[in-house]
Amino acid sequence: MTPADTILELRDIHAGYGRIEALKGISLSVRTGEIVTIIGANGAGKSTTLMTICGIVAATAGEITYQGDRITGVSPDTLPPRGLCQVPEGRRIFPRLTVEENLRMGAFFRKDKEQAARDMEYALSLFPVLQERRRQYGGTLSGGEQQMLAIARALMSRPRLLLLDEPSLGLAPLVVKRIFEIVKKINQEDGVTILLVEQNANLALQLATRAYVMETGNIVMEDSASNLLKNPEIRKAYLGD
Amino acid sequence: MTRGSRKVWLYYALGMVWFLALLWPLLGIREEGLVFAQTFEVWIKVAAGVAVCLGLWQAKQSGRLDFVAKPLGRARDAAQHAAGKAPVWMWIVLATAFALAYPLWTGRYGQDVAISVLVYVCLGLGLNVVVGLCGLLDLGYIAFYGVGAYTYALLSVHVGLSFWLCLPVAALLAAAAGCIIGYPTLRMRGDYLAIVTLGFGEIVRIVLNNWMDLTNGPNGILGIKAPAVWLPDFATGLSFETFYIKRLDILYYVILAITALTIVAVHRLNFSRIGRAWEAIREDETAAELMGVNTFMLKLLAYAMGAVFGGLAGAFFAARMRFVSPESFTFMESAMVLSMVVLGGMGSIPGVILGALALVALPEVFREFQLYRMLAFGGAMTLMMLFRPKGLWPAKRFGQRSEESE
Repeated sequence: MTPADTILELRDIHAGYGRIEALKGISLSVRTGEIVTIIGANGAGKSTTLMTICGIVAATAGEITYQGDRITGVSPDTLPPRGLCQVPEGRRIFPRLTVEENLRMGAFFRKDKEQAARDMEYALSLFPVLQERRRQYGGTLSGGEQQMLAIARALMSRPRLLLLDEPSLGLAPLVVKRIFEIVKKINQEDGVTILLVEQNANLALQLATRAYVMETGNIVMEDSASNLLKNPEIRKAYLGD
Repeated sequence: MTRGSRKVWLYYALGMVWFLALLWPLLGIREEGLVFAQTFEVWIKVAAGVAVCLGLWQAKQSGRLDFVAKPLGRARDAAQHAAGKAPVWMWIVLATAFALAYPLWTGRYGQDVAISVLVYVCLGLGLNVVVGLCGLLDLGYIAFYGVGAYTYALLSVHVGLSFWLCLPVAALLAAAAGCIIGYPTLRMRGDYLAIVTLGFGEIVRIVLNNWMDLTNGPNGILGIKAPAVWLPDFATGLSFETFYIKRLDILYYVILAITALTIVAVHRLNFSRIGRAWEAIREDETAAELMGVNTFMLKLLAYAMGAVFGGLAGAFFAARMRFVSPESFTFMESAMVLSMVVLGGMGSIPGVILGALALVALPEVFREFQLYRMLAFGGAMTLMMLFRPKGLWPAKRFGQRSEESE
């Protein structure tokens, strides 16, 4: 039975692109306040899972519930107002909008202008480098700065559940460390539940409370992050032992 | 002569041979066969002109023209500095004053050209909302112009409604047409959308051409009334006399007012929350969707808003010509308007105005060379894409972006 504090639950989700089935019956759940991570190799279906949760990729079977409501098949733009927001893979900031305009886009659906302005100051205080580049085009930022901008943009929607897709992709280790610190802070201080998809299994497992392991469209393992870190099979397959 | 400069002249010779090969069949094919004289006459002029330009450029590169170039450069820098200091509103006031005073010192012909330019400015700005801001390539935009024109034409001829009343009606119907066309097509992206809009543009034209009962087909609609104003008639006491505006200088002010409205509206849209969302959709549609933007509704809105300005321009066009026929709304016109937007700079209001000026007014100036219009047009477009791919006046937000102020 589903515990009462489950914020997100996927039950036997199938999804794909055309005839290719990328998800072959995924079930997972996230409880409020957790950091849950999905690890796995390239093409395992991690990003598709997040895109299916957000309704960009349509689920062909199965059910997704968010805060107790069924969200399978709803229009993607109705989810951020309900507190479900994604930082997509490859950052996908708006290159020819300024940093500030990018952040404003995160608060697009919000009617509380003053609160949103305060949230922007808060988001910029989390990433001081963005503060310096406020009026610069998003496309002129470095990769790490763009990742910070993408996270800050998602925070502007005041998420309750934040989906993060490979925030470490192509970034220098120091920058990755900084970003993971911020993610931890968002989780602990602001109470945002986080579902993190990562290829960098080591980092992800150190940050997360629980983890799922995906392989070719299936979830093959589920455990607490600390157990998985000790699991010799996982260490061999994903941690390079 | 250095080796580099010899290479330049070699390229010049090759280029001119290629140009001759291109020009000959274009100009030389006559009833009596392939003639050479006329082609050569044109070719030698172009070749000489390019040679002079090339020579000057080389002299400048080698520094032999420094005695002229340096003071000129200094003067230009000073002028740019002074122009940069003048506030934006001053330029707007100057441009407005020029536009208002224009009919005072031009004749019928000049006014006629200016009216055409302004109609195309409206069309360009409308299309700019769709293409420049929202990033949707629309190849059938002229359909909305046609809807606007036929709305006024039919209402004027059959119902006798006044121009001013028909203006909002034309805008509304064009917006409705935008929604009808947009609803099925906007689910597509990129190239597919362009092809479908091309098809819809043609459908509108062909319907206008074949619906004899309503539109009188290819014969067009005659007897459309000019815009009217009511002037008080003091001779007979307190009655009003209807006065039809047929004078070009007054018509000029009518379209100037419509253009001003369009510019203000597009400017406001551009800097609004909706304008930002349009730009976000242009940049990355999926990311915009993930940020809670209802991309479908916003794209539909962009389509409808673009159509509104096309409809306004169309209604004016019908009132000014007092005749409409389907051949004014061919794909060529869509391509023209799109070229204006691309040439001027996508998403930039002054750019679109400049583009309309360049594509409508310049061919009038060079009327003697009409034969070579398409050739020059193609050449200009190619050069533009090579040297100024962002347009004559690229879009930027005044003083808002740091790399421009630094």
